[in-house]
Amino acid sequence: MTTTVATRRRPTPPGPQGQRRSFLGLDRDGLMLAVPALIPVVLFSLYPLLRGIYLGFTDAQAGRNSETTFTGFENYSQLLGDSYFWDSFRIGLIWAFGVTILQFFASLGLALLLNQKLRLRWLARTLALVPWAMPPVVIGIMWRLVYHPNAGILNSVLKDLGIIDSNIEWLSSLSLALPAVIIVGVWSGMPQTTVVLLAGLQSVSEELKEAAAVDGAGPWQRFRNVTWPALRPIVTAMTTLDFIWNFNSFSLVYVLTEGGPGGSTRLPMLFAYEEAFRYGNYGYAAALGNAMVLVIAVFVVFYLRRRYREED
Amino acid sequence: MRGFRTLATPAKYLALVAYLVFLAFPLLWLISTAFKPPQEMALIDPTIIPADPTLDNFRLAFEQQPLARALLNTLVIAGTSALVTVLLSIPAAYVMARYRSVVSRMTALWVLLSQMFPFILVIIPLFLLLRDAGLYDTQLGLIIVYVVWSMPFALWMLRSYVVGIPVELEEAAAMDGAGKLRTLKDIVAPLLVPGVVAAALFAFVSAWNEFLFALVLLRTPELQTISLTLVKFIGAEGVARLGPLAAAALVATIPSLVFFAIIQRRLVGGMLGGAVKS
Repeated sequence: MTTTVATRRRPTPPGPQGQRRSFLGLDRDGLMLAVPALIPVVLFSLYPLLRGIYLGFTDAQAGRNSETTFTGFENYSQLLGDSYFWDSFRIGLIWAFGVTILQFFASLGLALLLNQKLRLRWLARTLALVPWAMPPVVIGIMWRLVYHPNAGILNSVLKDLGIIDSNIEWLSSLSLALPAVIIVGVWSGMPQTTVVLLAGLQSVSEELKEAAAVDGAGPWQRFRNVTWPALRPIVTAMTTLDFIWNFNSFSLVYVLTEGGPGGSTRLPMLFAYEEAFRYGNYGYAAALGNAMVLVIAVFVVFYLRRRYREED
Repeated sequence: MRGFRTLATPAKYLALVAYLVFLAFPLLWLISTAFKPPQEMALIDPTIIPADPTLDNFRLAFEQQPLARALLNTLVIAGTSALVTVLLSIPAAYVMARYRSVVSRMTALWVLLSQMFPFILVIIPLFLLLRDAGLYDTQLGLIIVYVVWSMPFALWMLRSYVVGIPVELEEAAAMDGAGKLRTLKDIVAPLLVPGVVAAALFAFVSAWNEFLFALVLLRTPELQTISLTLVKFIGAEGVARLGPLAAAALVATIPSLVFFAIIQRRLVGGMLGGAVKS
C-alpha cells in the first residue's frame, strides 16, 4: 500500500514504461486489456487443471448419482499394484526415449545438411515441414497404408529387396508394433526439431568456424568445438520439450494401433483415456495423470539444473 | 580443405536422398493410394504411379461418409476459435510485453506449464464442467476449449511481435495526446498484422488437426470434426476401402497445407522487417 501512495504522488511519466500501480501491477487500462483473456484461461484451463489434480485423490466415477469422496493416496497404492500401469509406463518411457533420441539424431543430421549449399535443398526443406502441417490422424492413416500387410508399400519393397520372404503384420505383431509406431513418431516430430536446430545452426558464428578452419581444425573438430557448444542450450531445451510432448502423446498411436496388440503400444495417455472414458474411473485416470506429471517433473528439474549450470 | 569437401559431397548427397525418401515416401504412397482403382490395390508388384488413375475414391469417400458435413463443421469450429483466440490475445499480449506485472509473469509461467501437463488431467474436469454447463456435445463447447488451448502459443507469438515494436512509437503517440486504447488501435495494431496472421493461422491449424478433445467432447455424428470422421472410416478396413480412406485423408490435409504455405511466405517476407528497423 505504501508503494502505491508513494508512486501516486509522483507525476506519472507518459508512455507505457512508467505505470501507476494498482491491482496486480496493472493500471486500469492494462486490466481492461488483460481481463478478457484471463477469464477464459482461469475458467477453462487453470481451474480444470487444479480440479484434475484434486480428482486424482478422489474416487470420482462416471454416473450422475455416484458421490465423490476424498480418498487420499488410495488410488496410488492401487496404481502400484496394477500391472497395466507398470506396463503402460514402461512402454511410455520406451516410446518417449526412443522417439526423442532418434528424432534428435535424425533432425540434427538433416539440419546440418540443410545448412549447407546443396542441390535439392529446397525440396528437403519443404518436405521436412510437411509432417508439421498434417493432422496426426492423417499421419496415422498414412502410415497404416504404408504398413498394411497386403496392400502396403513397405512389405512389397522389402520383398523386392529380398529382405523378407512373406508379408509382415507390422502393427499387429507383439514385438514389432512398438518399434513401428516409434518410427512414425520420429517422422511426425522431425519438423519442429529440425527447424529449431537449423535456426540454432544458422546463429553459430561463421567467423569462429572460419577461424577454426584456418587453425587447421577438421569438420568434426569444428563441429565439436565451435558448433556444438553454441548449439547445446537449444539442444537441451528442445530434447526436454520433445520428451515431454512424446510422453504425453495420444492421437498418433490411438489411430495406428489403439494401444494394441495386447496392450503392447498402450502409452500412459491411452491407458488413462480408456480408464476415464471407457470405464468411467475418473479418479483413477486423474491419478494416472498425476503420476505422469511426476515423471515429467523429473525431466523438467533435470533440464532446469542443466540450464542453470550452462548459464554459470 | 577443398579436396576434403569434394570428397565428402557424394556422401552428403547420399544422406540427403535418404532423408528425402524417408520423408516423401509415405506421402507419395498416400497420394498414390488415393488415386488407385480397387483392382490395383493389392497387386504383388504395386506401383507408385497408378496404372489407371481414378477419382472414384474421392467420390466414394464423400458418398460413404458425411465428409462434406465434417469438413464444414471443422471449418466453422477452427475458424471461429482462431478468430476468438486472436481477438482475446492481442490486448493480453500487449500487456504481457509492456507491463512489468505479476500477470505477465504468471502468464509466461502458464504458457510453459500448459505445455507440460498431460491432457488427461485437464480433459476430465473440462468434460465434467462442460457437461454441467450444458455445453457437452456442442460445437460451442469445443470452440471454447480450442480458444483456451491455443491461446498460450498465440500469446507467446504476439508478445514477441509487440516487443519488436519500438516503444518510442507509442511514446510519440502519447506525447501527441493519444490515449492508451487509441495508441493500441492506431499505432500497435497495424504493425502487428503479420503476427496476427501467423497466430490466427496457427490457431486455425491446431484446431483443424486436433483429435483428442473432439473425441471426448463431441458425440453426435452430425457435429463431428474431420478427424473423428476419418477415424471412424478406419474401422472396417477391407482392401477395397483403402482408396476412399486415403482420398478422405488427403482432402483433410489440404487446408492445413495451404495455410502452411501462406504462413511460410508471410513469415519470410513479412512487413515486420521494415516496420521494426525504424
